[in-house]
Amino acid sequence: MKPVPFDYYRPDTVDDAVALLAELREDASVLAGGMTLGPMLNLRVVRPRAVIDVSRLAALKGIAVERDVVVTGAGTVQRDALDSDVIRRAVPLLTLGLPWVGHFQTRNRGTLGGSVAHADPSAEIPLCLVVAGGTVVLRSRRRQRRVAARDFFQAALTTQRQPDEMIVRLEWPRAQSDAGHAFVEIAQRHGDFALVSAACQVRLGGDGRIAALAAGVGGVESRPLAFETRDFIGLAAGELPARLADHVADAVTPNEDHLASAEYRRALTRELVARAARAALADARARTEALQ
Amino acid sequence: MTVLRRAAGERHTIEITLNGRRCRGEAEPRMLLCDFLRHELQAFGVHVGCEHGVCGACTILMDGRAVRSCTQYAVQADGTDIVTIEGLGEQGRLNALQDAFMRHHALQCGFCTPGILSSATQFLRETPRPSEAEVRDMLSGHICRCTGYAQIIAAILDAAKATTTEDS
Repeated sequence: MKPVPFDYYRPDTVDDAVALLAELREDASVLAGGMTLGPMLNLRVVRPRAVIDVSRLAALKGIAVERDVVVTGAGTVQRDALDSDVIRRAVPLLTLGLPWVGHFQTRNRGTLGGSVAHADPSAEIPLCLVVAGGTVVLRSRRRQRRVAARDFFQAALTTQRQPDEMIVRLEWPRAQSDAGHAFVEIAQRHGDFALVSAACQVRLGGDGRIAALAAGVGGVESRPLAFETRDFIGLAAGELPARLADHVADAVTPNEDHLASAEYRRALTRELVARAARAALADARARTEALQ
Repeated sequence: MTVLRRAAGERHTIEITLNGRRCRGEAEPRMLLCDFLRHELQAFGVHVGCEHGVCGACTILMDGRAVRSCTQYAVQADGTDIVTIEGLGEQGRLNALQDAFMRHHALQCGFCTPGILSSATQFLRETPRPSEAEVRDMLSGHICRCTGYAQIIAAILDAAKATTTEDS
């Protein structure tokens, strides 16, 4: 299908973009790579009067280390993030998650910020951001504000972004060099939306017990979930996969749709969390050995 | 404030480099890039399938990267360098990849072929010695309803072999 007629705006600066948003508000859609908004426009799921194209804004691109976080511009193309050595070293979870985002051809154009703004419940980048403990930075004409990713995503396609705001950057805490990471997913076909995805990052103490842990799942409920992991600190590493899998599988209230029943999603959750924990532990051991 | 504005319903001039030649056409803001390439610039090798980025038939090379042309709008492409299937080989002479597709019978109806060739062109440039798993991963962004993919994978692996032998 073809979109409804819309006015097209291409601002030269972020200031111009947020000034337009202040004026047009709900009537406008912000277009970056178009890998999610494009289909929504073409299928007429969204019918904006105006489209604000930010895909050429250089100020929204780029990957930089600032103190203890890696900052990615909202307009950073997924492919460029996947190729980035800075991200591979400092945010390994994102490097592991990105190959699951769409396809080679859509990653060539889709952006990190676009995926976060769209907030599909099964999207990989939001899950990575939530598990990594990252932050979404929003700008409007009035102000700039920072929202923890765990608060940003509210429900399917629903976030804390206000109509006059746009995402300008994402902040990713730098991973410790001995931390292990894993991202796993099941979809009907590679590149399709995940039925369930799971992400895990873990650090081991010198005694082989869990020293730090973050874990979460996507595609299960209406937003990406990260779990409270305090109770697992000090646990023997070998016990983690089964214990964490049971904990998460019991805690979720899975969605049901034409692709999977709630019980199937729960079963997948249990299996994938266990796999993610095993892989993250193996990665942590390998990194710890490499550092010695 | 500097903002380019293009009003809904009005046609505006778009200029791109298409297969090495500067080309001009007109598009209203909502015109899909694939429709612009076909209807304004007569690049009929761009095939339009699902129109929401899933099937991969409309994949083209834009500034060297394989991208969907149905989930972008012509107005966004102004000033870019685009290569379609028409620009891959020379008239009357297939390139190594196209030749491998012919020899392996990697197409039947041909609807998905231009998109796959676009993707494979960037893929082989960046991954000159791919594994079968890497080819399959790249191909996951395309739907072919005729071949079952086996011949397509064989053709791409064969083209990679031919190209790397030529280089060495």
